Parts: sequence; C-alpha cells; structure tokens
Amino acid sequence: MSPDLDKQPDRQPIKADPPPDYEHLLQVTDLVKEFPVKGGGVIRRVVGKVQAVSSVSLHLDAGETLGVVGESGCGKSTTGRAILQLHKPTSGSVTFRGKELTTMRGEDLRAVRRDMQIVFQDPYASLNPKMPVNDIIAEAYKIHGLWSKDGLERVGELLRLVGLSPEHGNRYPHEFSGGQRQRIGIARALALEPDVLILDEPVSALDVSVQAGVVNLLEDLQDTLGLAYFFVAHDLSIVRHISDRIAVMYLGKIVETGSRDDIYDRPMHPYTVALLSAAPEADPNSERVRERIMLTGDVPSPLNPPSGCRFRTRCWKAQEKCASEEPLPVDHGDGHLVACHFPVTDPAAETASAALRVAGSAA
Amino acid sequence: MTIPPITPPNETPGGSLYGPARNEAPELYEVYEPSIGAEVETPTAEHLGAVGATEVLKVENLTVGFPTDDGLVRAVRGVSYTLHEREVLGIVGESGSGKSVSSMAVMGLLPKSARITGSITFRGQDVLSMSKAHQRSLRGRKIAMIFQDPMTAMNPVYSIGAQLAEAVLSHEMMPKKAALARAEEMLALVGIPQPKERLNSYPHEFSGGMRQRAMIAMAVINNPDVIIADEPTTALDVTVQAQILEKLIEVKDAFNAAIILITHDLGVVAGMTHRTLVMYAGRPVELGATDTVFYHPRMPYTAGLLGSIPKAGDVGRLRPITGAPPSLINLPTGCPFSPRCPLATDVCRETEPGLAPTDAEDHLAACHHWDQLAAAPDATAFFRAESEARR
Repeated sequence: MSPDLDKQPDRQPIKADPPPDYEHLLQVTDLVKEFPVKGGGVIRRVVGKVQAVSSVSLHLDAGETLGVVGESGCGKSTTGRAILQLHKPTSGSVTFRGKELTTMRGEDLRAVRRDMQIVFQDPYASLNPKMPVNDIIAEAYKIHGLWSKDGLERVGELLRLVGLSPEHGNRYPHEFSGGQRQRIGIARALALEPDVLILDEPVSALDVSVQAGVVNLLEDLQDTLGLAYFFVAHDLSIVRHISDRIAVMYLGKIVETGSRDDIYDRPMHPYTVALLSAAPEADPNSERVRERIMLTGDVPSPLNPPSGCRFRTRCWKAQEKCASEEPLPVDHGDGHLVACHFPVTDPAAETASAALRVAGSAA
Repeated sequence: MTIPPITPPNETPGGSLYGPARNEAPELYEVYEPSIGAEVETPTAEHLGAVGATEVLKVENLTVGFPTDDGLVRAVRGVSYTLHEREVLGIVGESGSGKSVSSMAVMGLLPKSARITGSITFRGQDVLSMSKAHQRSLRGRKIAMIFQDPMTAMNPVYSIGAQLAEAVLSHEMMPKKAALARAEEMLALVGIPQPKERLNSYPHEFSGGMRQRAMIAMAVINNPDVIIADEPTTALDVTVQAQILEKLIEVKDAFNAAIILITHDLGVVAGMTHRTLVMYAGRPVELGATDTVFYHPRMPYTAGLLGSIPKAGDVGRLRPITGAPPSLINLPTGCPFSPRCPLATDVCRETEPGLAPTDAEDHLAACHHWDQLAAAPDATAFFRAESEARR
C-alpha cells in the first residue's frame, strides 16, 4: 500500500474559495428523526414513534474529524444518514456551506451530494457484486454527468490513491479481501472530490490487522485532500486515534461533546465515564487493576424514552431532578458541552467509588 | 508476489487424499504434548481464580478439512492444546483462522463432509471415536457452547423456559416442573430479574444482553466441565459486554468449569484469560500464559496484532500488518505468515515452523526467528519501521 499522495491528479477547483458567510462547513441544529411504528391491521395506523435522533446539534469544520460514539441503537448512524438526507429528518436543520439541506429536493440535493459522500460499514454489502470495480467507481461520475473520455484514467488514479493498482479495476468485488473492498468504497466516495465524508463504522467489519491500514489511509487522505470526516464508530481506541473532536451519544441525544482530550482525559458525563471504564484494553496488567463501572440493565427502548435525562435509569448519580428536568448542554470551557445536572468532576475518583458501590450492591 | 504451487506439508504417505490417516503424526510438525496433570503456571490473575491440576480436555494435532469444488479447504491444520479445570483459555485469530472450526470439532458440530483427523480427549475419553449417542450425551451436558448471536441461536417460537427445560430433559429424566424450576434457578444465577415470570417470555422480548445471559444459563444448566464461548460478546455493546464477561467468570467459578473463550478482541482476552492461543491460517502460532504472550510475543504475527491497536497517547500512523491472510485452499509454502512478515527469510519460505518452546518451557511459538523478537526491546517495532518506510 503506497498511495502516491504527492502525485495527485490535478484537482479541478470545482468551487472557488468559500466566502465566509457561514460559521461552520456543516451545521446541524436540533435535528430530529422519528420512525413511525405501524399497527397490524389493514389501515396500518401509526401506533408509536421510534425517536432515533432527538434534537441533536453539532458542527463540522473543514479538515477536521468528528468522532461519534455510542452503543448500538443510539442513533449515531441515523444522524449521519439524516445529514446526507438519506433519511428525511422529521425536523431541525442541516446547513452545508450555509445552505439549508432539509428543504432541498431533486437536482439541488444531488448537486450538494457531490460534496458530501458516505462510506458504509459493510464492504461486502455496499459494492454491487455484478459490477467490475471500474464501473462501480465510474458510476459516480456518470450519475453526476461528469463522465468524459479520460474518465477511466481518473478511476485508475483513484484506485492508486487508495492503495490499489489501476489493473484491479477490471476485477469484481468478490475477488478482493475485506480491507481492499473498503478501499474501493472509499475510492468511490472520493470520486467526486467531496469536502465531507460520512464514515459509518468504516473499519468495524475488518480484521484487527487490516483496520490499522484503512485508518492510516483515511488519515493520509485527510492530510492531502483536506477532507472533513464525520466518523461513526463504537471502537473507542480507534475513535481516540482518528478524531479531533468527539460527540458521545446515548439514546438519540448527544450527552457530551468536546475535544479528544476533553472526552478521554476529563470526561464529565456519567455515561462517558462508564463507557470509557468498560472498554477493554489489550494490556493484561491494566485490565487486572482497572475499575469498571458496571452499568446495570440495558439501554431503554427509544419507543418510550425515560423522562428528563435519558440516562437516569442506569445512572448511579441520578436524583429526582434528573427525572423531572431534562439537562441541557452546558459549556464547561472550550466547547466541552455536557448535558448533565451533576457532572463528574474527578473521573478517576468517580470510577473508583462508583465501581465499589456497584460491587457492594451486587453482594 | 507469485505463490508457487504447493504440496501440503502434512500429506504423509498412508494418509488419505485429504490429509494423513488418523493417529499418524505428520513429521513436519513438532507436536505439543504436555504430560497429563502437568504443572500449569498460573498467571497472577486473581480475579479469574486458580487453575486446577486435572486435565479436562486435550486436543492433539487436530486437523479439519472441507472438500469443495475448488479443492480442499484446510481450515484447521494441527491444533494441540490442553485445558485444565477452572482454566480460561483464550483463542484469538482473524476471521478464517480456524478458531471457531476447531471448537466446533470439539463439540462434534461439524457437517458430515468435514474431514477430521487428530484426537480430542475429554476426561480420558476419545471424543472422535465414540458413538454418536455417546457424543450426544456429552454435548450440552459436559461440553456446552455459547454462540455469538443469541438471536439466531435460540428458537424464536419457544419460550425461554421451554428451551432451558429442554436442555435439561434431553439429558436427564425428571418431571418437567423440576426442569423448569432448575431453569428458573439458572436465570436467577445469571442475573435476570423476575426469573419466574421471564420463563414464559420469548427470545424477542429479551434485549441483546439478556438473551446472552439466557444463553449462558442454558450452557451451564447441566453443570458442564467445559464451556466453549464463541465470540460471546461481539454482538453486544461495551457496557453490556463488561457485565456478560463478569457473569461468565462468576458462573465458571460456581460450576468449576473450564472456559474456551474464542474472540478476535485482544482487549477481552487480556482481561479474561489465563492462557492465550493465537491462531493464523488454521495453525496455532503461539501459546502461553496471557501475560507472556501480550508482553513478550515470540511470533511476529502476535506482535503485529498487538501493535496494530491504537493505544492511548499514540499519535502518528498506526502499524498495520501489510497484506491479507492467505487462502486456505492455496497456502504458501513454508510459514503461512511469511508473505506478511517483516522478519521473513528464505528458511521461512521453505519450511513451516512447528509450535516449539521458546525462552520459557510453557511459552510456545511457531517461528524460526523468535529469538530476534526476544532480543528486540519492543517487538512491535518491526512493524512500525516497515509502516514508516512505506510512508
């Protein structure tokens, strides 16, 4: 794998330098996505709503990586797709370069999607098995009416960029390993020279030894192409490595946002503290002495989320106020936003005492 | 890179088309043969409990092949290990390394087409040569299994209670009421609230973590000696994973069972196992106390795996192992890891190393150059240098 990153194809400046009429490249405000649950009968009345994403606000600047972590079903992937309008948001706003996307339709939206692309989790399911790799990547140009005579050459360049060779273009997806397929998925996303990549668990389906290679590739591409990443993952060590800022989600809400060091060294939301304490590390000695906060029970159903703070049912610090009043994100300095009535001030001491208390209640 | 046509290393005369005949030790490997009741170095893992001296399970030179239209897929090629009472053995490896297939062979769950050689001894009885009925009496009773995905491992149309009771009734004659009482007891043991009411629930009414708890309850309901846990927490979230692993260790101590923990998550292995077996391309490549394997790897693959995980404070590039695991139909000659190994020399490309003792008697590795890893202060540095050179 040796992408000739210096020998880039000449990137056509499709868009001129942006006038600074917007604050962030991508701004998401109060994004809500609800999925209807329909009843059995003929009429299929809506009997409930899954609140997959509720009032999420975040922003992404050019060239930065925002890591989004949380347990399965917490809405992190749905947020990514709602940003791209692959799921139409129920309410809220998504602006890209100051333009509102939620009200956009048809051709306008397609034009915006040239600048925002997605890489899917499963490289086995996201590539059409009947198409050779060249066609898979060329499809992006064809859809956007950008296919020209030298198109095939550009496809070759892209393959080289992601560490494959142009000769691989005539092969079919099944001839590649998981890591190579994910590189093809990345090449396809890069074809239209986007500014933002939504990476939906891009390395989760890959073996450990191959993951690192794909992470390196993503970092190299970011350095050379100035991409912004919305990086969804549940592997905390990879998120720590790749992200500049991190958002922690729980049951459809962002509970804590901050710089990487804020989140990993000074976590303030009890859920973040518990999550970090539970993630195993490949080090027997530190595993042996580590204090784990064992959260009791499971994540509540998003059909009927708890009142007030959504984490309160599993939180060891929960009090009455948590049930009656929803905590709003409060800035604890430098954009370290925490949505908690009783934020943790000393994570190490908190972990030790909470771990003890859980052990005590179990005995 | 061209892969030369190969002759399988264990194609000894007298064997069938698909490998050597049973009980014929292939000459090319050194077979790991610990004496019965051998002293096991217990690592300082207090929370896992002490390991007993009695051997419960012994796997010797196990090979498994699946004939396909493209040729024989040699999924497992000579796995040997012993498991003692109350011991937790971790088996790590990438997908396709043979870790699940070798345990399925122990359970007797492989399809008829599988060609199995070698021996599997459970408390002195040879599992492979015993009758089907005898095998069935062990399976689920003495050797139990916890599967990765509890949703597909359970029958969606039977209640949890009925499925747990069935596990008891298929091995023991007892009134159904008594079996249900036992099921209730087990659900309580694994920490499911209101176990009596929950007996009537169906799998879909349980959350992922609760389903996996119910799987554990089903596995231990007959008081097994060996529990094989195949990726028990891969489908679960981090906070739930911690609960389940803790429960697994608790249950092990309650029943004096030994556990084989199959996973690809090195973090899980680090905290949960006494000994670790690393597999690559169907072969065991390293076996030793978990601490020794993690802190003093003697096989470059193990070192590469450990080095490719980002650590706290790690800035800059990660250190992946280049390339991909080989095809099990068309293995390279010599060491299967040699095409990806920064230490590979000609001898690696010609002869496949056997699992042999390294600096410690109980730390085995299959590498011609383990002494180079021993001499290096940081074994993962070999991969780092390579990764940086490629930049």
